[in-house]
Amino acid sequence: MPISDWFKAREGRRYTVTSTGTTELPEGVWVKCPSCKHTLYQGDLVRGLFVCHYCGHHMEVTAPDRVLSLADEGTFEETEPGLTSVDPLGFRGDKPYAESLRLAREKTGLSEAVVTGRALLGGHPVVLAVMDFRFIGASMGSAVGEKIARAFALALSERRAMVAVTASGGARMQEGMLSLMQMAKTAAAAERFTRAGLPYVTVLTNPTYGGVTASFPVLADVIFAEPGAMVGFAGPALVEQTTKQALPKDFQTAESLVRHGMIDAVVPRQELAETVARVLDYLSEPGVPESAAGATCSVASPGVRGGE
Amino acid sequence: MVRHVMEFERPLVELEDQLAELKRLDVIAQPELAAEIASLEAEVEMLREALYSALSPWERVQVARHPDRPKTQDYVAALFTDVVELRGDRTFGDDEAIFAGLATLDGVKCMVLGHRKGKNTKENIRRNFGSPHPEGFRKARRAMLLAEKFQLPVVSFLDTAGAYPGIEAEERGQSWAIAENLATLSALRTPVVVVGIGEGGSGGALAIGFGDRLIMLENAYYSVISPEMCAMILYKDPARAAEVASSLKLTAEDLVRLRIADEMVAEPLGGAHRDPAVVYQGVGEAVLRALEELRAQDIDEVVSARSERLSRTGMFVEGE
Ligand SMILES: [Zn+2]
Repeated sequence: MPISDWFKAREGRRYTVTSTGTTELPEGVWVKCPSCKHTLYQGDLVRGLFVCHYCGHHMEVTAPDRVLSLADEGTFEETEPGLTSVDPLGFRGDKPYAESLRLAREKTGLSEAVVTGRALLGGHPVVLAVMDFRFIGASMGSAVGEKIARAFALALSERRAMVAVTASGGARMQEGMLSLMQMAKTAAAAERFTRAGLPYVTVLTNPTYGGVTASFPVLADVIFAEPGAMVGFAGPALVEQTTKQALPKDFQTAESLVRHGMIDAVVPRQELAETVARVLDYLSEPGVPESAAGATCSVASPGVRGGE
Repeated sequence: MVRHVMEFERPLVELEDQLAELKRLDVIAQPELAAEIASLEAEVEMLREALYSALSPWERVQVARHPDRPKTQDYVAALFTDVVELRGDRTFGDDEAIFAGLATLDGVKCMVLGHRKGKNTKENIRRNFGSPHPEGFRKARRAMLLAEKFQLPVVSFLDTAGAYPGIEAEERGQSWAIAENLATLSALRTPVVVVGIGEGGSGGALAIGFGDRLIMLENAYYSVISPEMCAMILYKDPARAAEVASSLKLTAEDLVRLRIADEMVAEPLGGAHRDPAVVYQGVGEAVLRALEELRAQDIDEVVSARSERLSRTGMFVEGE
C-alpha cells in the first residue's frame, strides 16, 4: 500500500510501536526505554522522534516516521509504492519466503523494506530512500535493490540530491544470488549518480550490516550515523566466533567509525534534518530546478514535526 | 601425502582401496584373482559414474572446497605467460589473499585478479585461507584502475569463502573497500571477464566478481551466504546446510538458468582436481572467446551493456 494510506491508517489506530519489556504497561500508551528502563509516554516519544529523553537512547524508527522527521512538512511524494518482491527461487526456509513477505506487509503496512520518494529537505529538492527494519530486517532483495536504483535514477534525471537512511541486516538470503547482485546494482546506480556531480548524503542507523553496508550507503559524499548505531560488514557474533578474540568495547559503533575515519560525524536524531540540510546548502546546485519546483504532497502530515 | 576424502565419496574410496589392495596381491600365483579384480573394477566404475554424474548442490560445494582443487595461482601458471605480480594497496599493506598481476593469455595482455588460497597450512596462514582484508580489495581496485588506464582487459578468478570477518578488517572499512570496488567495476572502461573456479563467498567474491561475462566451472558455487551460515540463521543448525544449499540456487547450472552466469565449463568426473589440465584448457578457451568478443566491441558499448546487465538483474513485481 502507498505510504499515504499508511499514514491514514495510523491516525485511525492506536500506537503499536513498543519496545522490549513493556508487557506490564498498557499497550500503545507507555513505552519502556530498552536502555535506561525509564517509562516514557508514547506521545512524548513521538514528539521526541523516538529518542529517550532520559538517556538519549535512539530507538528504532519506522520508515514513514523517519520520512516525516526529515522531509519539509507536506512535501513528501512517494515513488514506486507498489514495487514489491516475488519469491524467485521458491525458497523454503523455516517458513516459505512468500509467507514471510505476506507477514511483513501485514505487519508494516508497507510493500517493501524501503520507502522512496521526492521531497524537499531544508528547501532542497531531494529524493529520499529510507529503509524499514521491521520488514524482514530491511534485507535487500530484488525489490529493494530496484527501488534504490530507481531512486538514484530519478534524482539524477530531476537533478535532485540523494538522501539515504539505512538500517538493514544485509542481503535477503531468500533470493540467493539475485539479492547479492543488488549490491552491485545499487553501487552502480550510486556511482552513476555521483559522477553526474550531484550531492549524496547517507545516514546510517542502527543496525546496518552486511551486503547493504558494503554497497550504496558508504559511497555517499558525506556519511552520518546516529548515536550508538551499530554498523559493519560481518556481525559482531561472527567476528568474535571467527577470531576468538574479545571485541573492543565500542566495536562497530557509530562513535568508533568516526575515530577510524569511516564516517564524517555522529549526529543526534533531532539535529539530522538540519545537519543534512546544511550539507546540501554547500553541495546542492543553487536554486530549485524546474522539475522539482512543483513537488506535490501526497502525504498528510500527522504533525510529528513542529507540534500538532 | 594425505588424500582428502569428501564425505559423499567415502563408499567409492573404500572400494577403490580394496581394489588397490587386491592388485598388490600375486595374480600369477592365484589366477582366480584376475576375475575378482575385473568385477571389482567394473563395480568401481559404475559407482564412480553414479556418484559423480549427478552431484547435489551441497556435494558440489564440497568439491568446490576440495583442498586439491586448482587455485588461482594454478590457472595463472597454466594459462598465462610473462607474469608480473603487483602488490600492495599503497595505503596499509599487501594482502596475500588477493592476487593481482600483469599477465599474457595467448598473446592478449591482461590484468589478472583472483582470490588466492594456499596449498598448505603455511601458505594458508599467510594468505588467510583466501579471505581478504580491506587492503586486498583495495589492491584489486588499484589494479582495476591501472587496467582501465592502459586498456588491459581484466580477468578475475573467484575462490573465497568470503571477506574476512575480523576486528581489524572491520575497523579498516571492509564494507567501504567492497563497495568502492563494486562502484569501480560497474563503470570500469575496459572489459571484465570473471571466472568462478571454486568458492564464490558473498560480498568478498562480488568485490572482484562481476563484469561483462561470468564463466562458472561446473562445480564452482557463488552464493549470497554460505549454506552453513544460512542453516544457522534459519534453523540454528549448521547440519542442515545440505538442504539449504539446494534452496540457495548457488550452482553453476542454477546461475546460468538465472542468467547471472553466461556459461559453464565442464569438469572431469569427480571434480577439477582429478584432471586439472582438462579444466585449464576449458577455462582458457572460454576466457579467450569472451575476450575476443568484448575486445571487438567499442568500449562505450561494453560499459553500457554491463550496466544494462546489472539493471535487469532481479525479479520483482510493479504492483498497483
Ligand atoms: Zn532511556
